[in-house]
Amino acid sequence: MSETIVDWQSHSDDDGILWLTLDQQDTDTNVLSISVLEQLDSLLDEINNKPPTAIIFRSGKAKGFIAGADINEFLEVTSTQEALIMIKRGQTLFSRIESLPCPTVALIEGFCMGGGTELALACDYRVALDDAGTRIGLPEVKLGIHPAYGGLVRATSMINPLQSLEIMLSGRALTASAARAIGLVDKAQPKRQIERAARNVALTPPDRQSMPFIGKVLSLPGIRNLLAGYMKKQVAKKAPRQHYPAPYAILDVWASFYGNDKRMMEEEANSVARLIQGSKVRSLIRVFFLQTRLKGLGDKKSFNPSHVHVIGAGTMGGDIAAWCALRGFNVTLQDREAKYLSNAFKRAQQLFGKRLKTTRERNAALDRLIPDIDGDGVARADVVIEAIFEDIDAKHAIYKDIEPRMKPGAVLATNTSSIPLETLATVLKEPDRLVGIHFFNPVAMMPLVEIVRTASSSEETVEHAIAFTQHIGKLPLPVKSSPGFLVNRILMPYLVEAFTLYDEGVAPEAIDKAATDFGMPMGPVELADTVGLDICQSVAQNLSAAYGIGLPEALNRFVNSKQLGKKSGRGFYNYDKGKPVKDKDADLGDQKTIQNRLVFRLLNEAAACLKEGIVTDKDLLDAGIIFGTGFAPFRGGPMHHSLQEGVESLVATMSDYETKFGERFHPAEGWSLVTE
Amino acid sequence: MAATNKKYSKPVYLVDGNRTPFLKARGRPGPFKHADLGIYAARSLLLRMPFAATEFDEVIFGSTMPGPDEANIARIVALRLGCGDQVPAYTVHRNCASGMQALDNAAMSIASGRSDLVLAGGIEAMSQAPLLFHPKMVNWLADWWGAKSIGQKFKVLGGFSPRLLAPVIALLKGLTDPVVGLNMGQTAEQIAYRFGITRDQMDQFALESHLKLHQAQQDNELPEVVPVFDSRGKVYHLDDGVRPDSTLEKLAKLRPAFDKPYGLVTPGNSAQITDGAAALVMASEAAVKKHDLPILARLVSTEWAALSPAEMGLGPAHAIAPLLKSQRLKVSDIDYWEINEAFAAQVLAVLAALNDKDYCKQQLGLRSAVGEIPLERLNIHGGGVSLGHPVGASGARIVLHLAKVLQQKNASTGVASLCIGGGQGGAMLIERSTS
Repeated sequence: MSETIVDWQSHSDDDGILWLTLDQQDTDTNVLSISVLEQLDSLLDEINNKPPTAIIFRSGKAKGFIAGADINEFLEVTSTQEALIMIKRGQTLFSRIESLPCPTVALIEGFCMGGGTELALACDYRVALDDAGTRIGLPEVKLGIHPAYGGLVRATSMINPLQSLEIMLSGRALTASAARAIGLVDKAQPKRQIERAARNVALTPPDRQSMPFIGKVLSLPGIRNLLAGYMKKQVAKKAPRQHYPAPYAILDVWASFYGNDKRMMEEEANSVARLIQGSKVRSLIRVFFLQTRLKGLGDKKSFNPSHVHVIGAGTMGGDIAAWCALRGFNVTLQDREAKYLSNAFKRAQQLFGKRLKTTRERNAALDRLIPDIDGDGVARADVVIEAIFEDIDAKHAIYKDIEPRMKPGAVLATNTSSIPLETLATVLKEPDRLVGIHFFNPVAMMPLVEIVRTASSSEETVEHAIAFTQHIGKLPLPVKSSPGFLVNRILMPYLVEAFTLYDEGVAPEAIDKAATDFGMPMGPVELADTVGLDICQSVAQNLSAAYGIGLPEALNRFVNSKQLGKKSGRGFYNYDKGKPVKDKDADLGDQKTIQNRLVFRLLNEAAACLKEGIVTDKDLLDAGIIFGTGFAPFRGGPMHHSLQEGVESLVATMSDYETKFGERFHPAEGWSLVTE
Repeated sequence: MAATNKKYSKPVYLVDGNRTPFLKARGRPGPFKHADLGIYAARSLLLRMPFAATEFDEVIFGSTMPGPDEANIARIVALRLGCGDQVPAYTVHRNCASGMQALDNAAMSIASGRSDLVLAGGIEAMSQAPLLFHPKMVNWLADWWGAKSIGQKFKVLGGFSPRLLAPVIALLKGLTDPVVGLNMGQTAEQIAYRFGITRDQMDQFALESHLKLHQAQQDNELPEVVPVFDSRGKVYHLDDGVRPDSTLEKLAKLRPAFDKPYGLVTPGNSAQITDGAAALVMASEAAVKKHDLPILARLVSTEWAALSPAEMGLGPAHAIAPLLKSQRLKVSDIDYWEINEAFAAQVLAVLAALNDKDYCKQQLGLRSAVGEIPLERLNIHGGGVSLGHPVGASGARIVLHLAKVLQQKNASTGVASLCIGGGQGGAMLIERSTS
């Protein structure tokens, strides 16, 4: 079976090195599709007949080496058996590469993920480009699976398990120099040396990477089990096993079968074949595609801002400014007096310290963040973001002051979460230039940004706001201007229900457990405490006026007694060093009902938002709720989850809850749209 | 041959400027490196400019002791400011007048037609001055690294003594004249002796410097100062060496710092060791028109003079006299003066020298005394004694502040001058059209 070879180019140079370049047709990113692998298989047949001096694998793409396996092909797999065949084919191919008689080198430039990294690991050597764009990782866990083309076996046999397991468990991608430090690659070289380095390694092969002594010790049978047990506990803090089985599977395969490569290879394959069949993988793949969709919104090239001016150096404004500076923008940060900028500068430097590795990079980020009491930056800014406290008059005064000084074509954005943009726009001469760019707290952690348009926002302004959001590496979600927009609007009934449950005497621990068991990253009570109960109250008041959501007693009581949550050390929970003190013996009550009450409120509000056209479709709604609230990603979002559960039975149970618990559970009109 | 009237041959405009607060060194490296200060001073200034940082023709900064990783600090500042790869930059060194030298270089470049738009200023983080290994220690290290065999290593080790570890304080080296062997304080003692300046006069002058600065801070008369933030977000927005609670009694209690135990010059009547930077935008007539730039003042002429290093503090007298002469000006024609306060004694000696017929005749080659500079027109918002003298920055600071004073007072003519370690003086004449 000889494939027509269209995606691989082979070229022999004067030294007898065979350069195998993957340049997949009709795409700008290489992925290891079945066809690409089959073509490689055919090539290896030829190579085995007449082996070259050495082989160097490289990419013909400008962007990267190989982005991983073809995810779409996963979705076509319908049985464990089918999955196993697919995996084994890859394993066999990569083992063929490993056993080639000549030295093999992977020359990695740009992104190298998943299957791409596994291919590189099957080579004798890896030479990576030491630049800002190169990232090497095994992120399979993010899709609910793990490396299965021999990657789990090879990574843990070459690299200290603390590090090899960590990168697989976190899915974290490494720079070339970080990969070099742990032995994932052999050389990290700049562009000017990379070909020479690859050639040199190929022609005069050095000793191969081997496991450091400490790694060998940690991989000894008894120690291995202890280490795996410890790591599982660490993982459990972030990802419970019932929702995220993949990281546990990695540890299980390693702990049980390390040392017997053949067996481990089989178990690696079996494990992924099992995982891939669950609905979770499909949901996670869906989340990946939703993310890709948000990343593709708008046209990044249509707007190339370089200077951002932020007014208001509170937590939000300061963090937005710091984030933009981190992402390479020149940022001027304005507030009334220097002392109001202090905290923002402190937090910015903490952010730079965390995200940037070298003093040089940190200095550069700090150089880009300019204190600007006089607001001189307004005249230079391509984007002005107003993030002051929620006061109409104060905002109006600022808009009147800055509008005449802004550059033509510059975007005026507000980070308001509660004042209608239509009200804010009334003082503007050009109301069409106002748009909402609504960030979430903490800015550095939250990937989503709501792009709020009004009837008067111009198409261009919205396009530019979306492009700007892409430039700063956030996910834009276009939403209609309506109280609470999408994320707060949907979150609020869920939080209010939690407060209602509390008022009814349910323990906060029971409420939070029901939510985290559903798959929420944090329970609603703890979330409210973390956000700040005063802030919750103000958002709730704003939304209750608009949607008639009742305000539970508990919230007002806490706010009135200045117990504002985590920041004041006391809220629904008491806080000890920033951690909530939870009662381990709390009465958990009827968990199923508690969970349903919380989740139904959220789902029902989501259906209402769909009906009102807050976002344009179901997928965007799911994307917004997943990336804006952390809604259980393995459930694929509220819409996807409802469809999986069956809308009809869901609505029926909800009606039942309406009789039991009140009108707020009355199924929204939007449910008929969900099934469409 | 120099133009006979010694004016810059084409108009040179000072557009605007900013400086950091001057931060007193507190016995350890301060929160900012040289380049950080330069960037803080210049960044907010550039924000106000209608042109981009890349449009400068060159960047010139004065600095006397930038850090070991800050060679040609002007270039570092230019790059970090976003002037881009293509704007040339260089650093100048004329000791205490380095900042003024940078302005003079910029002015000459503009006057000659080579540049239209220049960023110039001065930077000094004196608290960052390094401790150096003693040369004997450096030799020992060289032997150690050179020793190949174990035997040789042992031999070198035997030559080690803990005394080798005693550091050399670079700052003190920099403030001692290597030719005449006097430190700067001793040169101030020298000229105080020559003109009979008393301890009371020095302390009185120092006290007024503090009171004037404090008043200026209260009245917001230092608009060129921009806030800076350290790594913990702490904000510094005032010159922090000021002592509004200073009194003559307190000053009188301080002991002499240089000529011990009989001297008169104390830490209280000397300039403080500080960190700071100033940055100014300078432009040609063409650049002013092209970008519609505001004009703060015009740089008219600059004079440099030299004298015995042992009396370096009289440098301003030697520069001011020929400056006034060449520009055909009398002391009374000058609305405001900024004479850098390296030492209270030194400024008082300069005033005495300029008003001393014999000195002016014998040392300055004049027929009569230059005249009496009125104290109420000198350093009206304080000076080095109260706000410090970050060596390379002061020259730029006094010119900038003088221009701001002329603007505040709607006055037209000012002279900024300073004494220079090594025995020199510099003076710059600026003018402003009154409204």
